[in-house]
Amino acid sequence: MGSNLYSADGLAGVVFLGLVAATVAGALVAVSAKRLVRSVAGLSLCFTGVAGLYYFLNSPFVAMMELLIYVGAVCVAIIFAVMLAEPRSEEKVGKGGGLSAVFGIIASGIVFFGLRKVAITSHWSAATKAINNGSLTEVGASLMTSYSMVFELISVVLLVAIIGALVLAHPGRDK
Amino acid sequence: MMLALSSHLNTYLTIAAFLFACGIYGLIHHRSLIGMLISGELVLSGASLNMMAFNRFLAPDPTVGQIFTLFIMGIAAAEAAIALSIIIAVYRNYKSIDAEDLQDLQG
Repeated sequence: MGSNLYSADGLAGVVFLGLVAATVAGALVAVSAKRLVRSVAGLSLCFTGVAGLYYFLNSPFVAMMELLIYVGAVCVAIIFAVMLAEPRSEEKVGKGGGLSAVFGIIASGIVFFGLRKVAITSHWSAATKAINNGSLTEVGASLMTSYSMVFELISVVLLVAIIGALVLAHPGRDK
Repeated sequence: MMLALSSHLNTYLTIAAFLFACGIYGLIHHRSLIGMLISGELVLSGASLNMMAFNRFLAPDPTVGQIFTLFIMGIAAAEAAIALSIIIAVYRNYKSIDAEDLQDLQG
């Protein structure tokens, strides 16, 4: 399995390492940058890496959706919000700024090492036999049969979200 | 072997745990509402990556995790839209998106 760097598997391994590095670096930039615009840029880098990881997990459709929805829509929407509602470029560091960083690092360290220990020490029983190949055709078929109710419900949720966003953001626009 | 990492479940679970922990840190440390929203997106992204990893390696039906992740994306998009409009409404009233400035009821 891919011990040679110049084989196809080895090249795929290098690409995978690059995607992991993009994900980790993007996440670090997103939570540690002082300016919100840099945070959003780190977030989009992180989502691009996650989309590549989805590709490695045999799901090219979900990878494309990740790029379209997160990088293309959510990040752009956050950038618009930053342009509309950021009164100053620097985040003010008031009282307790350093303390919250220390507590945050402690809490997130506990979460990370705890989850990682559980993931590594657990015995995951492998799947018996895949009943389909997980292709886009199969995804569409089960979306229209087994999960059709959830599909309809999420359409309603999105409609309510659109109307709610309009109602919340509309008052005061004429001022 | 570094180059064969992409075929192990533990790799993906570790990355997902890292994304989740980054989101927790950002939620605690960030002072502005938009920064908290960004950290929340990281948490959701870690959860989706977990689902996709289990879907690839352990699930007998490989479509379930993909559909779950698609629904998480839909919910996250709705959440981002609502949260951003709330943030803009808050900014219009308080001229600030710092979480500590929103304290009308403090005596």
